Amino acid sequence: MSTQEPILKVRNVSVHFQIPTGGIFGGHDVLKAVKNVSFDLHAGETLGIVGESGCGKSTLSRAVIKLIEATEGESIWLGKDIFKMSPKELVGLRKDIQMVFQDPLASLNPRLTAGQIIAEPLEIHYPDVKKTERMARVVEMMEKVGLTASMINKYPHEFSGGQCQRIGIARALITRPKLIVCDEAVSALDVSVQAQVINLLMDLQKEFGVSLLFIAHDIAVVRHIAQRIMVLYFGEVVEIGEAEQVVMDPQHDYTKKLIASVPVPDPKAEMRRREERRRLRREAASAA
Amino acid sequence: MALLDVKNLKVEFDTNDGVIHAVRDLSYSLEKGKTLAIVGESGSGKTQGAFALMGLLPKNGRASGSVTFDGKEILNLPRNEVNKYRARRIGIIFQDPMTSLNPYLRISRQMSEVLELHKGMSHAEAVAESVRFLDAVRIPNAKNRVHMYPHEFSGGMRQRVMIAMALLCGPELLIADEPTTALDVTVQAEIIDLLVDLQEDFGTSIILITHDLGIVAGTCEDTLVMFDGRVMEYRKTEDLFANPEHPYTQGLLAAVPRLDRKVERLSTVSYEFMSQRGEA
Repeated sequence: MSTQEPILKVRNVSVHFQIPTGGIFGGHDVLKAVKNVSFDLHAGETLGIVGESGCGKSTLSRAVIKLIEATEGESIWLGKDIFKMSPKELVGLRKDIQMVFQDPLASLNPRLTAGQIIAEPLEIHYPDVKKTERMARVVEMMEKVGLTASMINKYPHEFSGGQCQRIGIARALITRPKLIVCDEAVSALDVSVQAQVINLLMDLQKEFGVSLLFIAHDIAVVRHIAQRIMVLYFGEVVEIGEAEQVVMDPQHDYTKKLIASVPVPDPKAEMRRREERRRLRREAASAA
Repeated sequence: MALLDVKNLKVEFDTNDGVIHAVRDLSYSLEKGKTLAIVGESGSGKTQGAFALMGLLPKNGRASGSVTFDGKEILNLPRNEVNKYRARRIGIIFQDPMTSLNPYLRISRQMSEVLELHKGMSHAEAVAESVRFLDAVRIPNAKNRVHMYPHEFSGGMRQRVMIAMALLCGPELLIADEPTTALDVTVQAEIIDLLVDLQEDFGTSIILITHDLGIVAGTCEDTLVMFDGRVMEYRKTEDLFANPEHPYTQGLLAAVPRLDRKVERLSTVSYEFMSQRGEA
């Protein structure tokens, strides 16, 4: 691990949602989606966040870059607290932090062409860049993510799921950000396409030196792409550490259960793992 | 004699853009009490191939070929004939448990209906039997939960209800279409383990349709890999994983990141075999 200051320092972040109870007096319950989470992210590093649906991993990733309001804590980006930034400073921040979403088709505007979608962040954040220069950069980026310049005038529905995700990645990269938040960016893809997109992300990361906050429910995918893994369970960090260490020597019961549950494409290994899962279930049952 | 024999099954759809060949040539056979996995990526025809034999194709779909179940041809039977097989002899579990349960009806009503219709039980008997099956799929406190609505169950519990429902009439064959895709990994493992246990207890034959080669290992005796409506490889699961013969199977296996081994770079699936057959 580098001794440099981390680019993102997250300290004690909590996110609470108010859930109306449905009474006529406007009463509400508090849902604590994220509880007191802290972590560091270094330049050029990939931090994987795993956990099951509803554990708060998407909420956390959106809160630390202020796409939703955090209830408490601080998120320090290059020495400055994102939660205290003015709206103008926030716009500047969006240049440096981009996102790639889960559903490749739904996250692209169906009425814009691939070229327009990829050019949009450039138009907004760098209005001084001339149109010819902008188009040249769009084409360059399309080729980097494995699309061809001839696709520039096609609409999202004309692309496959994997190609749409490549468009999403090109759009995220075009402002040369320092951090990309990938929220289940490969979960909706077929395995053959998923492998291509993972390789692409890793290649681009090497080339541009961008940091990734990589959220996924599949710990095997996260282990492959991330140097460190954070395991979230009911909004709390139950484990954080080097990827190999978390996978090979999990400490928390939930991480153990998660790792025992990931199917391994090897019939003999899978038989052993089924026995291990039965043992864990019996233990949990006798403890309860 | 095999319980299910599928020979040269073809499924086509008429669309405005012409005929779509979802399944081009599918043949397999399943013995009583055995398990078969049908693996493929989206668009490979794995689901339509199974829907066709239950007569579940949409109106613009056509199936041809031959499907014999227990010695009788069941492909393209009229609705009142095929209804004698559905639920009673062939059960099916769909991918999304929320959209396949009726949100307006209590679980007790949805389950007892099956038994009243197919087995002629009284309502009270049918509810008691339903509770027994909910117990079998390890739903805690089944006696009280049977009267709840689907939204009061979690995703994993709903899928257990679907499995219990499919097993109600004691079918000889259970078709599970991506039964765990919508679920968390830990819940997925529980559901797959449950299917394995039930298969051992009830002796039901199972066809497991999935995109995930991982869940097939250690679950099914035979595995059939589909691509573009055709069978790429169809063998004993153990042999297929130990020594995959078809380049597509090899590609699929290598493309998945695995917890038990670390690779620097994922290999991607090569489709060269298509051009070698002259069909690219």
